[in-house]
Amino acid sequence: MLTNSPPVDSTRPLDFLETVKQATPGDSRLTMCIQCGTCGGSCPSGQDMDHTPRQLFAMIRADMREEVLRSNTPWYCVSCYFCMVRCPQEVHITDIMYTLKSMAIAADLYETNSAADLSQSFVGYVENYGRSFEFGLATRQYLRHQPLSLMRRASMGLGMLSKGRIELTPNRIEGIGQLQAILARAKELEVPT
Amino acid sequence: MTKYLFYPGCSMQRSARPYLDSLQTISPDIDATFEDVQDWNCCGATEYAAVHRVPSHALIARNLALAAQQMNGTRTLTAGCSACYLNLAKTENYLRQNDDLNSVVNEALAAGNLHYEPGTLQVRHLLDVLVNDIGLEAIRAQVKRPLTNLRIAPYYGCMVVRPDPDNRFRSEEYPMSMDRLLKVLGAEVIDFPLKTHCCGGHMTQISTPVAFEMIRRLIYGASQYQADIMVTLCPMCQLNLDAYQGEVNQHFKTSYHMPVLYFTQLMGLAFGHEPEELGIGKEFVSAREALAKIGVEVAEETAVKRPSHRAKDDPSLPMPQMPEEVNR
Repeated sequence: MLTNSPPVDSTRPLDFLETVKQATPGDSRLTMCIQCGTCGGSCPSGQDMDHTPRQLFAMIRADMREEVLRSNTPWYCVSCYFCMVRCPQEVHITDIMYTLKSMAIAADLYETNSAADLSQSFVGYVENYGRSFEFGLATRQYLRHQPLSLMRRASMGLGMLSKGRIELTPNRIEGIGQLQAILARAKELEVPT
Repeated sequence: MTKYLFYPGCSMQRSARPYLDSLQTISPDIDATFEDVQDWNCCGATEYAAVHRVPSHALIARNLALAAQQMNGTRTLTAGCSACYLNLAKTENYLRQNDDLNSVVNEALAAGNLHYEPGTLQVRHLLDVLVNDIGLEAIRAQVKRPLTNLRIAPYYGCMVVRPDPDNRFRSEEYPMSMDRLLKVLGAEVIDFPLKTHCCGGHMTQISTPVAFEMIRRLIYGASQYQADIMVTLCPMCQLNLDAYQGEVNQHFKTSYHMPVLYFTQLMGLAFGHEPEELGIGKEFVSAREALAKIGVEVAEETAVKRPSHRAKDDPSLPMPQMPEEVNR
């Protein structure tokens, strides 16, 4: 009988490809990649990435875990989904990028990276308030990573304020306890990487 | 009266307030009500999934479960923000397609005494609902001030049309619904080739040069086509193209002036509402001049910007000025 997957040896640790696949909710179709390069050619920020998505997927297959998790590629993904809708194999590329980001954070392997900080601050606000908080997020991000641009951005912040487009304090939802219980349980059910 | 469940999302509460205000203003005209999901939580944008995978779906599923409890004659949950819409639609779709994920997510929901049965709700973007449910004829019937001669570059961005998990827009790169809507309002709609290119999303917070180039391409494209304004359906796109346009101009030594409004604001203008009712005047790049073409007067004080330099012969000490002082 022909089969796509090799016989499973339960004593052997999962290879990187299998780990990424299992950590991605839904069917990522990662193993279906035919290395055509349509993804990289469709990517609006591809020229600034360390590796195109195609290269990154070849590296995942080659078990180059550390190089993959150190790559800036997932962090430069802007979630525009061009690659995903153009992929002839319908690989869920954007979803895989989210998985690689979460694995890089869990393994503390990303290079000095403001994107990882942004995601983590965002998660912090959501878990404490149930809502995003743009003002806190932006000031925190600029102070940490672009302090020199703070003056220019401060004038934009004042503009946002005078136009009533920003709030200075976060709002908390009523069911924050319920939300926290749900998220805590979901984290226990997360596939370990 | 058509009723919809509505997920406002964090942006529409503040940075994209004009989007929400204009929607509320036009709702009675199109005989629709949008009922907020009670105590909704953030959808996680593109950030939560980058840190926790399964919990990102549980985060969204809480909203689905709450919305399902509020179903009262409607099963349509609608959102105006692209990221909110996609997150809700994607999780709903994934739970329906994937039994394993569904059982894990519902096990997490159970910790908060909630449950969501996949397929209960239909998640749809506001544009889809307005164009395909309310319908272009009903919208045309409300037009009292046609947007004649206003050249518009319709800009959809990414997440409403891609990946389009339930195939609602049927064109991932060249949708037409907003083009048709704006034509019904009487506008001159540009066949805009960059209509579904990316605004950069959160890239402004990660790499400024990369973000600015993505914003520049879009504004450059729209001005090449001599658009008077760009019209969008996404808070993130509006923020990037509008609030950062000044910095993009500084960065590239350009002088673009391309106002960016929401399609609901244009509907409101065509329906004869005043700019103030539609949150017009809260944009960074003033739409005042563009809207004068259709006989709409935007009040002066909302359109005037702070001067960047003090007059050379100003003898007074340099003091910080609040925007309202500048207009005196």
